[in-house]
Amino acid sequence: MSRTAPIHPRFSVFWQRFLNGVILRYTLMVLLVLLLFGAILLISGRNPLQSYKDMLAFTLGSAYGFSEVLVAMTPMLITALAVALPSRLILINVGVEGQLYMGACFATWGALTFRDLPAWCLLPLMALLGMAGGALWAFIPGYLRALGIVNETITTLLLNSVAPKIVSFFIFGFWHSPMDTDKTANFVPAARLPTFFGTRVDLSLVIALVLLALFWWVMRYTRWGLEMRAIGGNPQAARRNGIPVSAYLVVIMCIGGAIAGLAGMAQVSGYYGLLLANFSRGTGYMGFLISWLSFGDPLGILLTSFVVAIIFTGGNLLQLTQGLPFAVINILLAFTLFVVLARPTFLKEKAS
Amino acid sequence: MTLLSVLGVISSAIFSGTSLLYTTLGEVITERSGIVNLGLEGVLLVSASTGFAVTSLTGNPYLGVLAAALAGGLMNMVLGYLVVTRNGNQLASGLALMFFGFGLSALIGKPYVGSRIKGLPRILLPGLSDLPRLYASLFKFDTLIYLAIPTAILLWWLLFRTRWGLGLRAVGESADTAFASGRNPRLIRYQALFVGGLLAGLGAAHLSIAYAMNWTEYMTAGRGFIAVALVIFSKWHPLRAIVGALLFSGAVAFQLLLQSSGVRISPFILDTIPYLLTLLVLIVWGGTRKHAAPASLGRVYHGTE
Repeated sequence: MSRTAPIHPRFSVFWQRFLNGVILRYTLMVLLVLLLFGAILLISGRNPLQSYKDMLAFTLGSAYGFSEVLVAMTPMLITALAVALPSRLILINVGVEGQLYMGACFATWGALTFRDLPAWCLLPLMALLGMAGGALWAFIPGYLRALGIVNETITTLLLNSVAPKIVSFFIFGFWHSPMDTDKTANFVPAARLPTFFGTRVDLSLVIALVLLALFWWVMRYTRWGLEMRAIGGNPQAARRNGIPVSAYLVVIMCIGGAIAGLAGMAQVSGYYGLLLANFSRGTGYMGFLISWLSFGDPLGILLTSFVVAIIFTGGNLLQLTQGLPFAVINILLAFTLFVVLARPTFLKEKAS
Repeated sequence: MTLLSVLGVISSAIFSGTSLLYTTLGEVITERSGIVNLGLEGVLLVSASTGFAVTSLTGNPYLGVLAAALAGGLMNMVLGYLVVTRNGNQLASGLALMFFGFGLSALIGKPYVGSRIKGLPRILLPGLSDLPRLYASLFKFDTLIYLAIPTAILLWWLLFRTRWGLGLRAVGESADTAFASGRNPRLIRYQALFVGGLLAGLGAAHLSIAYAMNWTEYMTAGRGFIAVALVIFSKWHPLRAIVGALLFSGAVAFQLLLQSSGVRISPFILDTIPYLLTLLVLIVWGGTRKHAAPASLGRVYHGTE
């Protein structure tokens, strides 16, 4: 896999593109997606127009639906950030899925072992453990990459397959509740992230937004951001200018992993309230796609995650009201991605 | 531990490894042409569900295998359109294809959850008919198993002994150079993707029609990603892919052996061995010499002006 072409070209590219006749482009893409998915709905005997109306009314028209959009958006924001940060050094972190599992695993250990601690002590501890788990899982590919031994794309993919098995090992072997074999008992209330206004929106949304803002600030206004951009632009030149490139590669990969681990902690502590074997079906890969679609730009990540979350939540509703299998959301999502990936040249921005 | 239980373990390892071998072979072809297909998991799911549905509808498992192979080829054509014709990013397009496969396979397979089929008929090897019946029953395999290793050899021949294979490898190394020597990189990549999809479809067919003989959502359980890893392990070589698939099914066999002999090691830990071994192999190679990845793997071919 080559690394000559950067995945995320430049910092402000997303905004340049956003301003370049964006409305026409995005409207056409949305229409195309709705047409394609409408065909699928028709084939399976559902009314597409009614379905779309239901989806919109639910996700944007009701307070509960909107809160569910925010719930779905939160892990996407964090995992996309876990990809976007390393991508600035042209590190391709496809390993968020595994790092997420390790984060969830470490955080669960904390939740089960220190269950008597008060929440103000236990939650930060779980967050730190989660980040440590994710960072550990990212350290291996980061270190191997910095030594120039193995490409991080390959190693992160391999480790993605290992992490869920480690989680299963602990759940089935030690942590499962008396009733089930494939999940832990519910966490004690002190190990749960606080939620807002009686919805399922929890503190991790705030954390995600703060992290995104921090990312934007670091990249824009600090020396680290400048040096990272230098490495991303030309690692050879950066090295000759005295920037410790290898150290950056390892540290940034680990920070990316730590963010992914935090997403895992937020999933078990906030969304699920327990650890379930194979709980994530592609959350980490979703983060990769979102980061890639938004060129690693923080505001782009926010917008893209929001749109994808609407698709997800709306699709969830379709499953309930139209009796479609849950996984059909993935078709809608995939059509969206296909259309964005394959958009005809007249919908693409002019090459600058 | 008796001879019978050892043979039983080997037999079940062969059954579980066959789908992986076909899928890995398919991905070898695809990657040799310079395209990495991260959506293999989705391709497998769609093929497995289609094959199962067709078998269930027609009652003919061979038609099911054919349908599964075609479904795999068509799924890869979707990827081809994205990455070859529209120059999309390969990793992102592959992941999009994976999500597509998750959804489409659930839709196709939904009416067939829990239905039973008559799987691929199992045939006894001619030379083994003298064995006691208990032993013989362990070595009754289906056609796909018998064809697995010949397929690997055929692909080796295609890749390394024919003009088509030479062109395909040339495109994988440098699409521009291949174009300069009169080949059509886009066409060749489509062909490689189609063949790769057919093979992945065969692997998926073996999984749902011959091995599990049922359909459940996400039944491939990561085999697509395992195949991508095994391609690296086998250094993009069809014959070494046999070793890779053996390694994986060997780990399964080892696990069953340990269980039958009463040693208690968590199966989940044993499951990680093939991945960790692949990682180790990569590290060892990385320290010595460049491994044989096609040079333009993952690169977009923008056309030569």
